[in-house]
Amino acid sequence: MKLSFTAADEQFREEVADWLNDSLQGEFAKVRYRGGPGDEHHFVDERKAWERRLAEGRWTCIGWPEAWGGRAASIEQQVIFHEEYARAGGPGRMGHIGDTLTGPTLLAFGSEAQKAKYLPPIRNGEAFWSQGYSEPGAGSDLAAIRTRAVFDEPTRQWQITGQKVWTSLAHESDYVFVLARIDRDSQRHHGLGFFLVPLDQPGVTIRPITQLTGTAEFNEVYFDDAVCDADDIVGAPGDGWKVAMGLLGFERGVSTLGQQMLFQTELDEIIRIAKENGAARDPDIRQRIAEAHIGLRTMRYNSMRMLSGGEDGSLSREAMIYKLYWSSWHRNLGKLAMDVLGPEAELIEQGPYELNKLQSLFLFTRADTIYGGTNQIQRNLIAERALGMPKEPRGPAK
Amino acid sequence: MKFAFTDEQRMLRDTSQAFLSAESGSPAVRAASTSVQTYDRELWQKICEDMYWQGILAPESCDGLGLGWVEMAVVLEAAGERLLTAPLFATAQSTAALMLCPQTDMRDALLSAIVGGDIISVAMSDQRDGWSSCGVTATDKSNTTLLSGSSRFVPYGSSASKLLVVAVDASGSQSIWVVDTAQEGVAIEHTPTMDQTRAMATVSLENVAVSVDQLLANDAANIVDQTLALSRILVVADQVGIAQASLDISVEYTKERSQFDRTIASFQAIKHKAADMMLKVESARSLLYYAACVADAWFAGEADDVALQEAAYMASACASEAAFFNAGSGIQMHGGVGITEEYDIQLYFKRARATESFLGRPAEMREALACQLLDGGAP
Repeated sequence: MKLSFTAADEQFREEVADWLNDSLQGEFAKVRYRGGPGDEHHFVDERKAWERRLAEGRWTCIGWPEAWGGRAASIEQQVIFHEEYARAGGPGRMGHIGDTLTGPTLLAFGSEAQKAKYLPPIRNGEAFWSQGYSEPGAGSDLAAIRTRAVFDEPTRQWQITGQKVWTSLAHESDYVFVLARIDRDSQRHHGLGFFLVPLDQPGVTIRPITQLTGTAEFNEVYFDDAVCDADDIVGAPGDGWKVAMGLLGFERGVSTLGQQMLFQTELDEIIRIAKENGAARDPDIRQRIAEAHIGLRTMRYNSMRMLSGGEDGSLSREAMIYKLYWSSWHRNLGKLAMDVLGPEAELIEQGPYELNKLQSLFLFTRADTIYGGTNQIQRNLIAERALGMPKEPRGPAK
Repeated sequence: MKFAFTDEQRMLRDTSQAFLSAESGSPAVRAASTSVQTYDRELWQKICEDMYWQGILAPESCDGLGLGWVEMAVVLEAAGERLLTAPLFATAQSTAALMLCPQTDMRDALLSAIVGGDIISVAMSDQRDGWSSCGVTATDKSNTTLLSGSSRFVPYGSSASKLLVVAVDASGSQSIWVVDTAQEGVAIEHTPTMDQTRAMATVSLENVAVSVDQLLANDAANIVDQTLALSRILVVADQVGIAQASLDISVEYTKERSQFDRTIASFQAIKHKAADMMLKVESARSLLYYAACVADAWFAGEADDVALQEAAYMASACASEAAFFNAGSGIQMHGGVGITEEYDIQLYFKRARATESFLGRPAEMREALACQLLDGGAP
């Protein structure tokens, strides 16, 4: 049991840090620390340009095989990259979904033609992706999706009709991958297809969803006979669920330490304010700051256990608690920020409703315990998969 | 980076669990904890001879195994899981304290004695003002020093052959002495406790004359602080075991118990509680093995005192709460039978409560951390 990285990994760390520091200068200086959760709508063009800069340095898609332009980086190296990226204030990644979701999905399930068509633009920071899973009637119950895909023989195209929701940055993306029902009579996770759909076409309408923060990072995406080519279905028709669930297995937690670096920045800011405004003398605040510190460190060692786990990609116990842990911690941090600020927390400093960082943190962290599987769903998964307790009964309540 | 057990550590965990599952089942724990000796001497002898757990930390030069804190944590975790009623913590604590004292032949002889099966307990606090409060005074008298006062919550004190006594002189300077329990002026009283699986004693000293060859350390304030931190890590291992076992036996029970024509394990209200329990125990386990790694690094000169104290505060706060939450939730999941003497969950609940306040409550640990974080120093 060891907590340090190898000398070779530390050398890699230095290389990453040097490159990032040299590159986040000049035109990119202003995107430092921008575009993260709650701030994703800012500096979109600059952040796309930044993706191309990353690509020049071979720093996009570093976990991909070298044949597709990646570095075949080890888990440790990917962790280090994310950690250094966060430390350097690298901006929220516009290429995130292509890099970590679309790419690995195509590498695992895609045809050679699909790989050749879609992987290079992702790798080169030229094509941006969003994901189309949730629907108004299919949130926690994803298998309830109703979006339809029909194959039109004359045009040799798939025609897609329906509605997706909570699609981050759809209006700034080039493609969306869509889980849709190809067999009208199919139920649940049967009869689905996984489609690669261009967003810039007449059949697609994107509407931003204004959040409680006043900003809009999520969208509704309407498909009204939107089309994609016959070749743009991943896996066999009917295998959509398998492909979509395969995506989840690619998340090995390499970005967790980078995420924690951002959390540390937030906690440091709260501690700084507490010392300055005297809240640091309040016994209750002292307890909660200590608790936040313990929680963040717990996450770090949970992650390290998770990353040191089996190479087979199976989810370990500590991996299963990760989402529930960080989302609850982060939500509590938002409340702690408000309590440290006291009545001052209410004041809007700019514009009609331009929130400061901590106000955004407080409000936006209410989403953390909902998206990507609510805390309630997470608890079901833990109980069923890790503790072997019986599955939820399905079907209507009697 | 490999924050996972080595093959040897995994094997140690498996053999420890297998041994205790055979030797420290519920009837054995109940018999040992209510016996006059407060523990099962035969089992302790077996542990000392066959398992050698009393020698894990001691250096090889003192007949020990010279293993690390991860290995010690592995075994203590298994002990907590099976409510081991034996002086394993007590001897690990005194081994740790001795390893912090300057190396002398006398110190090494004491370490060898522990490895040989002697029980030596640490007597460090009278609890007047928390765990750093020393209740024994040292007064120089011509050629000897006289120790007077008392020390409470001394683990397995009434079974010990020797005590490591922390004393304070008129100038406030602390020192550590080895005192034979048969020495004149030493009185040891077993103090019955709500949790019967960890025996405690009060040690009273009345003008106990000690000579310089009983002195283990002078100006020992740092050693005492470090002993406290290391002792906390040892307790954390026990608590992780308590938290894990509480989760396991409670989930097992809910899979058997039926109400409304369903096993109660199928109800979300139960499943969500179990999920929260797993989150608590896995978190405590991560901090335990982090703290164990820091302890190893600290002994190797690769981590400083602040890091050691911080690791102990964090792990202790987290594991104390995990053990208590899981055992308390476990009783609730058991329903009515959870409050009966017959079921084991109550034994875990009591051990969780006892270890929660032993060496410092979670709130005290957090306040100590807050001092590090907000006031730029130790409490």
